[in-house]
Amino acid sequence: MKVLICIAKAPDTTAKISFTDNDTKFNETGVTFIINPYDEMYALVRAIELKESGVATELHLVSVGGAESDAIIRKALALGGDQAFRIDASTNDPFVIGSEIANLVKQNNYDLVLTGKESIDYNNGAVGATIAGLLDINYIGNITKLDVNGSEATVTREMDGGQETVSCSLPLVAACQQGVAEPRIPNMRGIMAARTKPLTVVPSTAIESLATVESYELPPAKQGVKLFTVDQVDDLVNALINEAKVL
Amino acid sequence: MSVLVYIDHSSGSFKKNAFEAINYASKTAAAVGGEVVALVLGTVNDNELVALGKYGAQKVLKLSDERYNHFNTKAYSKAVEAAVNETGANVVIFSANNNGKSLAPMVAAQIKAGLVSGAVAYPDTSNGFKVKKSVFSGKAFAFVSVKTDKKVISLTQNSFAVTEGGSDATVAPLNYTPEDSDFSSKFVSEDVIKGEVPLNEAERVVSGGRGLKGPENWGILEDLATAMDASLACSRPVADADWRPHHEHVGQTGGTIRPNLYVAVGISGAIQHLAGVNGSKVIVVINKDPEAPFFKAADYGIVGDAFEVIPKLTEAVKKAKGN
Ligand SMILES: Cc1cc2nc3c(=O)[nH]c(=O)nc-3n(C[C@H](O)[C@H](O)[C@H](O)COP(=O)(O)OP(=O)(O)OC[C@H]3O[C@@H](n4cnc5c(N)ncnc54)[C@H](O)[C@@H]3O)c2cc1C
Ligand SMILES: Nc1ncnc2c1ncn2[C@@H]1O[C@H](COP(=O)(O)O)[C@@H](O)[C@H]1O
Repeated sequence: MKVLICIAKAPDTTAKISFTDNDTKFNETGVTFIINPYDEMYALVRAIELKESGVATELHLVSVGGAESDAIIRKALALGGDQAFRIDASTNDPFVIGSEIANLVKQNNYDLVLTGKESIDYNNGAVGATIAGLLDINYIGNITKLDVNGSEATVTREMDGGQETVSCSLPLVAACQQGVAEPRIPNMRGIMAARTKPLTVVPSTAIESLATVESYELPPAKQGVKLFTVDQVDDLVNALINEAKVL
Repeated sequence: MSVLVYIDHSSGSFKKNAFEAINYASKTAAAVGGEVVALVLGTVNDNELVALGKYGAQKVLKLSDERYNHFNTKAYSKAVEAAVNETGANVVIFSANNNGKSLAPMVAAQIKAGLVSGAVAYPDTSNGFKVKKSVFSGKAFAFVSVKTDKKVISLTQNSFAVTEGGSDATVAPLNYTPEDSDFSSKFVSEDVIKGEVPLNEAERVVSGGRGLKGPENWGILEDLATAMDASLACSRPVADADWRPHHEHVGQTGGTIRPNLYVAVGISGAIQHLAGVNGSKVIVVINKDPEAPFFKAADYGIVGDAFEVIPKLTEAVKKAKGN
C-alpha cells in the first residue's frame, strides 16, 4: 500500500499574529515555522506506524509551497517517510493546493492519502476533501482511528455527539486528529537519514485560484478581566446573567 | 437562481446548526436574489420538513432513500451536487459541524466553486462577494473574496442568531438516483455519548485543568456544569492522564469550541489551550495564581482555590436560577 502524507507549513503556535501591507499580508518577521501539528503528530505518525506494522510499503510526503518549506519537509522526513515532493506554488487557496496534490495522486496511484484535520493558520479543513472531490474517491474527515486490511480501511471519525466507525474501500483520503496515533519525536538516526532522502521539486501547474484572502483583521482587544473575590460569587453570577447575558 | 442550504439532522431531528444555516441562507438570498431551498438527506418526517419554512426555507428538497440514514461524505456530496444542478443554485451553504466541514469542500471541488470555510459573518456583496472567516485558530479574521459564479460557504457554529418568522415550506423529492459506487464506504457502528450536549454545540462549557489535582475531584465541576446547563471540557494533560475522556480535550490538538460562556477552572491558559477556546464569547477564569496567563484572555475571573470557589459558585448559580 502506497501512502501520501500532506504536510503544511504553519506558524509556531506561540507566534504573535500580526499583519503588514495594509493588513493584506501575514507578518512573518520573527515567526518560526513548524509542521502543521495535526499533519506531524497524527497523519505522519499513523502512516509510519502502518509501515512499521507492514501494512504500508511506501510513504511519500508532499507539501505545496516555496523553497522556504524545505526545512519543515526535512523535519518531517526525520520522523519517517521514504521521500518527499514539494510542489512549487505559493497559495492559500485550498482548491489550488488540493488540485496540485490531486495531480500527484493521479500520477503515483496512492492507495491512502492522509492530511491533518486542519491547518492551524487558515483553519479550512478543506485540502483533503478537495483532493477526494476532484478524484471522485472517498473522504473521511476528523478521523480518530485508522486500520487497513488489504484493500479495506476501517475508520473511526468524530461525529456530532460521538464517534462513528465505517469500513471503506481504498483509495481513501482521510483527515487525522487526536486519537489516530501517539505523537513521537524524531531521533538522531532519523535526522541523519532525512538528509539523504529524496526531496523532489515539482513545478506547479498554475491552477487558478477560486477564492483569495483579501485582507485580515485582528479581533478587538479584550477589555481586561473583571475580578471578583471568593465572597462575591453572587456578583459574578449576576454579571454573567445581566451584563454578559450568557447564563 | 437560488440559495441552496444543506441541512444536517440526527435520526430525523434538527438542531440549532440547521436553523442557523437556513437563517443565513435566507439573509444571503435577500442580498443576491433567488429562493431559499433546503436539502435534507435520509428519513425525516414531512411535518419537520414543512416546519423548516419557519426559519426561512421556501422549498425543501428531500431524498428519503434509507441509504442516506448514515452519513457518507461521498454519497452526500454527490446528492448535494445533484441538488445544485437541479436548483441552479449559485450559493451553497453548510453548517460547519462535523458533517458539514467534510461536505462543503468536497462539494466545492466537484462543482469548482470558491469556498469559504468557517464563515463568521454574512457575505458582503457591496463589491464582489466577500466573507469574513476566522483564521489563526481564533487569533485573527480573514476576508475571503470568492471569484467564481458558484460559491460554497460553511458556517462557524454558534456565530449567528436564530430568528423565526417564515411560513410553511413546500416539500418535493430531489430528482436523483444514486449510484451504488456512491456508497462504497459503509457504516459499521456508532458510539453516541448519551445525555450530554456535544461540545461543539454547547452554548456553555465548564472546563477543568491540572489544578483540580485528580479525577476524583471532578464532582464539583459536574455540579457546576449541571447548574449552568453546560457541557464539560478539559485541558490536554487531564485527558493524557486519563482523568477525563479524550473527546473532552480542547485546544490546538483537541477540539475547537465557541460557546457563549467558557468557564476555565485550574487551567493555566497556555497558548495551545487558548487556541481551542479563543472564540468563546465570554471567558471566566478561576485560578489560585493571579499571574496565570489565562486571566489575560478572560472577561471575568476569581483568584482563589477551586475547591473553595466552585461549590460557592454552584450555589450562587442555583440561587439565581431559582432551583
Ligand atoms: C504542540 C503542543 C500542543 C498542545 N495542545 C494542547 C491542547 O490542545 N490543549 C491543551 O489544553 N494543552 C495543549 N498543550 C499543552 C499546553 O502547553 C499546557 O501544557 C496545558 O494546557 C496545561 O494544562 P493545565 O492548564 O491543565 O495545567 P497547568 O499548566 O499545570 O496549570 C494548572 C493551573 O491550575 C492552577 N491551580 C492549581 N491548583 C489550583 C487550585 N486548587 N485552584 C485553582 N487553580 C489551581 C495553577 O495555578 C495553574 O495555573 C499542547 C502543548 C504542545 C507543545
Ligand atoms: N500547502 C500545503 N501542502 C500540503 N498539504 C497541505 C497544505 N495545506 C494544507 N495541507 C493539508 O491539508 C490539511 C488541511 O489544511 P486546510 O484545508 O488548510 O485546513 C492540512 O492538515 C495538511 O495536511
